[in-house]
Amino acid sequence: MTALTVTGLCKAFGGLRVTTDVNLDVEPGERRLIIGPNGAGKTTLFNLITGELTPDSGTIKLFGQDITSVPSRRRAHLGMARTYQIITLFVRDTIIHNVTLALLGLSPSRWNPLIDLKRQGHFVEHAQAALERVGLGHIANRPLAQTSYGERRRVEIAMALTQNPKVLLLDEPFAGLSIDERRDVKELLLAIPRDVTIVMIEHNMDVALEFAERITLLHFGEVIVEGNRAEVVADPRTREVYLGH
Amino acid sequence: MSGRVFALGVAFVALVTLPYWMTGVYYINVASQILFYAIFALALNVLVGYAGLVSLGHAGLFGVTAYATGYMLQLGFGHPMAILVALVISLISVAIYAVLSLRSTGIGFIMITLALGEILWGLAYRWISLTGGDNGLSLKTRPEPFGYSLSDATAFYYATLVIFLLSLAAVTVFVRSPLGAALMGTRDQARRMSALGYHVWAIRFYACLFSGLLTAVSAILFVYYTQFISPQTLGLTSSAEVLLMVISGGAGTLLGPIFGAGLVVIVKTVVSGFIERWNFLLGAIFVAIVILMPEGLAPGTARLWRLARRKRARSSKAIPGSAEAKP
Repeated sequence: MTALTVTGLCKAFGGLRVTTDVNLDVEPGERRLIIGPNGAGKTTLFNLITGELTPDSGTIKLFGQDITSVPSRRRAHLGMARTYQIITLFVRDTIIHNVTLALLGLSPSRWNPLIDLKRQGHFVEHAQAALERVGLGHIANRPLAQTSYGERRRVEIAMALTQNPKVLLLDEPFAGLSIDERRDVKELLLAIPRDVTIVMIEHNMDVALEFAERITLLHFGEVIVEGNRAEVVADPRTREVYLGH
Repeated sequence: MSGRVFALGVAFVALVTLPYWMTGVYYINVASQILFYAIFALALNVLVGYAGLVSLGHAGLFGVTAYATGYMLQLGFGHPMAILVALVISLISVAIYAVLSLRSTGIGFIMITLALGEILWGLAYRWISLTGGDNGLSLKTRPEPFGYSLSDATAFYYATLVIFLLSLAAVTVFVRSPLGAALMGTRDQARRMSALGYHVWAIRFYACLFSGLLTAVSAILFVYYTQFISPQTLGLTSSAEVLLMVISGGAGTLLGPIFGAGLVVIVKTVVSGFIERWNFLLGAIFVAIVILMPEGLAPGTARLWRLARRKRARSSKAIPGSAEAKP
């Protein structure tokens, strides 16, 4: 059974077709890279997969279950987590509170209006552990407003990982990072166990190519090329629309 | 933090002993007004401060409870029954109010709540057989819980104080709870909260119910205090006034709305006895707050206080030979 199956997915904003008949089969444990020039519809595809946008037609299946009409919040409970290209965090709170919110989102106690969240030891421990994993354990209680861009990228990843997703969607996890930070994040992603399926959008080819097993090239909302690393890099269409040389 | 605990302790003792050091029934009544308006402001703050949803129709909900209480009493029911029915009607009203207004957020939410508030005002004004129209409804008596008559000012003050403290405790517990954290999450990043597995609409709906319940509690105190309810109470001016309490005191803080309620009630009732143009004064104070401490009275004062203390600490360090100036 495939982890994530997208069939005939279409989406248009008015007259602009941003996703045109996209098909995608991602195997469990696979590392899939999605590339394409700006405006190719990569993030839109993510938003359709996570349910933040509703497709005009087509189906999305998660481990065989049709989730096309399942709301975004339910998809999180079914094992889907994502990070955002434009960092989307809770800037008024501390780092650890951001991660705690991610943990709480899948816990039944998120509805509880009577207990003190700060005194729930298991949340604190799990959140701290998730932060240790991404190397932010020592600044867990720092307000998010006082963190660097690279640290925020890692908070994004910690929040996604702490939900123990089966399918993890990473939207440009290396965007805007320095060379050192890029190396740290790469090591972090390589350490994710194989029971997590990863779909990643990335422009930074030198880091991304190393990571991915299969690559999908999108152009004007359509899948142009799909195959393993060597096939896609060698394909003349890739060079034409993307690599540009 | 111990300074904060000390200040809260002093405030608590001052409130409990207020009828002993505050001379005159008039001022005790003013204190009661501040307390029940503070509950109203706490209620609105749940939406404005913690949910990021600005409601301009809360006076309408406030009025529904007050009218329901008055009407039940007029039908000849006892106080407990009148209060119970009023609370149930209020919760049903706020549920409808929430379902209609939560279709939107931001400006859309403000406009829908404004419209709903005005509809309720219109009903109170025009549905004369139920509300008495412009003449309003009068209540003959105040309740006597456990045989303790609330007819005199001090007794009513203590009843209001107990309910105020319970309401403040309820809001405090809520804000610190997982649901409270989730609500603040929906205020700051609604999309992200959905992706994390939260039901954003339902969280906001529960916040509306909680806010509505507290509004109803304050409205019952209000209607027993004045023993009269008229359409004026439901008007846009009243909604704006309580919003002013929340914003001037400090939206999204626990104590801010209480300070705001104190400020507005004092200017409106006490200062208006000396200055005819009290509305002008209130406006001027509000402008000053916005300029000097845009975060509101309570957090603004705390910030200025810390600033002053740091400055004092620094200047005492700068003096050579002072105790703190060790190398």
